[in-house]
Amino acid sequence: MSSVLLRVEGLVKSYGARRAVDGVSFQVRTGQTVGLLGPNGAGKSTTVSMLCGLLRPDAGQVLLDGQPVTTGAAGVKRRIGLVPQDLALYEDLSARENLKLFGALYGLKGKALDERIDNVLGLVGLSDRARDKPATFSGGMKRRLNIAAALLHDPDLLILDEPTVGVDPQSRNAIFDTLEALQAQGRALIYTSHYMEEVERLADHIVIIDHGKVLADDSPAALHRKLASKALLRVELAEPAGSDLLDALRTQAGVTALASEGNALDIGLTDNADAVPLLGWLQGQGQRAVHFATARASLEDIFLDLTGRSLRD
Amino acid sequence: MTAFLALVRKDLILYFSDKRALLMHLVLPIVIAAFFGSVFGGGSAKGGGIDVALVQQDTSDAGNRIAAGLKADPNLHVTPMDLAQARDAVRKGTQAIAIVLPAGFAEAAGTAMFSNEDKPAIPLLYDPSQPAVLAMVKGMLTQQVMQVVSAEMFGGPMGKKLTERSLQRLDANNVQDPALRDMLVAVRKYESQPRTEGADGAAPRGLAMPFTTHDEGLTSGPVAQGYNPYAHSFSGMGVQFILFMGVNMGIGMLLARRSGVWDRLLAAPVTLTQVVLARGVSAAIIAFGLLCAIFVVAVLAFHVQISSVPGFVGVALGFGALTAAFGLLVAAFGKTPEAARGIAMFATLIMVMLGGAWVPSFMFPAWVQQLTMVVPTRWAIAGLDDVTWRGLDAAAAAPAVAVLLGFALLFTVAAVWRFKREQA
Repeated sequence: MSSVLLRVEGLVKSYGARRAVDGVSFQVRTGQTVGLLGPNGAGKSTTVSMLCGLLRPDAGQVLLDGQPVTTGAAGVKRRIGLVPQDLALYEDLSARENLKLFGALYGLKGKALDERIDNVLGLVGLSDRARDKPATFSGGMKRRLNIAAALLHDPDLLILDEPTVGVDPQSRNAIFDTLEALQAQGRALIYTSHYMEEVERLADHIVIIDHGKVLADDSPAALHRKLASKALLRVELAEPAGSDLLDALRTQAGVTALASEGNALDIGLTDNADAVPLLGWLQGQGQRAVHFATARASLEDIFLDLTGRSLRD
Repeated sequence: MTAFLALVRKDLILYFSDKRALLMHLVLPIVIAAFFGSVFGGGSAKGGGIDVALVQQDTSDAGNRIAAGLKADPNLHVTPMDLAQARDAVRKGTQAIAIVLPAGFAEAAGTAMFSNEDKPAIPLLYDPSQPAVLAMVKGMLTQQVMQVVSAEMFGGPMGKKLTERSLQRLDANNVQDPALRDMLVAVRKYESQPRTEGADGAAPRGLAMPFTTHDEGLTSGPVAQGYNPYAHSFSGMGVQFILFMGVNMGIGMLLARRSGVWDRLLAAPVTLTQVVLARGVSAAIIAFGLLCAIFVVAVLAFHVQISSVPGFVGVALGFGALTAAFGLLVAAFGKTPEAARGIAMFATLIMVMLGGAWVPSFMFPAWVQQLTMVVPTRWAIAGLDDVTWRGLDAAAAAPAVAVLLGFALLFTVAAVWRFKREQA
């Protein structure tokens, strides 16, 4: 197993009487991608600020290879790259000038800096736009340049705070391609988002935060295993089901949850394999299924199960 | 050091590529300073004379001489008008004041010189927004009237007639005033003497001003070329608009803090103090450059003299540092860009007003002048005045430089303290 790169221990941060982050702990291993999930206001951005040394925690600590990450820890900061949620670019400087500045902040200069700039521009697919100003870029291109700026100093850990906000699907795919290339290089990533599908695609470990606390910290497979409903069966009947039928359905083997609306039934199952006998049972009850579909339980369901509310609340 | 220089370089590139900012902070102060300089007397053939309307209803010889004397006065620009025109002109503000010489004024004034009879009045119609003009015109009018009327009384035909009439009145009314009678008799004897012809013909007899003044505008040092109103107007407008640049810089920092740029800068291996100071250094360089550029135009186009280049550079550096520190203060204590802009602009206008950028501070009441000692812009403008139209050397400007740098240090320390407090 790979070594622990980042260790987050009992982070606490309060603003007045409000505790924004309340004892957050998790760790990131070398080459691992950790998805930091939570709804707006859950404490993700405050946590990210402390991970990067932008904010001093009231309690707890962040250790990168055993070295504390603090506001003045220049050596440790050189090993972390931050992609802020908001575009962190100077619109009136060319893409190359932007990268030149951010590279210089990490002590890069001269030929080494120029080479790194060419490298990261190629990685994000913006080599031909190096001389153009971000003001002339599309939203997706700006987002890619935003990522490139965080890669100049070749960080061991890249922290991406909602990097696809306001991006069209095509640009989102381009960003994912870039991130998957970084994963392939063995770089550790922390990816915060409230888009489940993004985290499911990228992360091999998930930390779910709500109200400043860690609710779950595990691999996606392990999180799925913890769910009572591992699968969903959606059935559309020819006629609405009566209450007797619904009561009987709840008692069938493998059924963990049930919701009905009009002719539609949403049935939680312990396994996908339970779907076929259940459809047979419905037919035996004189019910004709007009349409049915099965699905694996998603992180959205996991989040709902853990918090009782939607990620986008 | 590489990071610090990169931050400074970035700010300079961004500023000098912003044409709107250059227009606002370089072109506008030059245009407005040129306007104010010309208004306060710079480059005008007309000078600072007072516009006076003259309603001459007394067409006697003496009345004509009073009118001619007023027209010849270099401090006045006299325009003859009738009474209705004059009233209208003053009411509309196109003339500062109107002098009405009533019919028979000169004769009545001569009579009143040696009797207790009613003194004739000269109506003065003036613009209430310019009360100082009234006092100045009264003084000039007094001089002209006294010269003409006394000359008439001590030599002119009207004087002889009036002296005879005055003596007859004393006799007719049986006035027991031997001193007045003796004086009138002496005047009659003086008037009956043949005139002494001077080299220039008939020298006017009568009262004349018993003194003249020798006017010398005092400046020092190698310049000593007199007051150039453009020097003060360029100082004032330069200080004002460059402070606006400082405010914009502070607002820019607030906007950066709102965006991700601030986080990206601080996530790098640079300290908060470095980021803040780099912004301050770049703003100071810009402010210094702007002030120098403004004065290059003042020197080349408006003949403003700089008596001490080291002194000027010192003041410009001090003011550049002050501008930068003021901007940092705005960024540190401003809650939001929107709220900070209004408050900072108000504070700037108060500072430039009390600093004497609009009106020289010596025109303020004494207590306000004392108050302005704690206003940093006052020192900037005083320092620039010292090394321009006052013609002083670098040593004279040194106190201003020291005070400006002191304020800059104070503001910077306060700003950094505040930034660090917020980071915690």
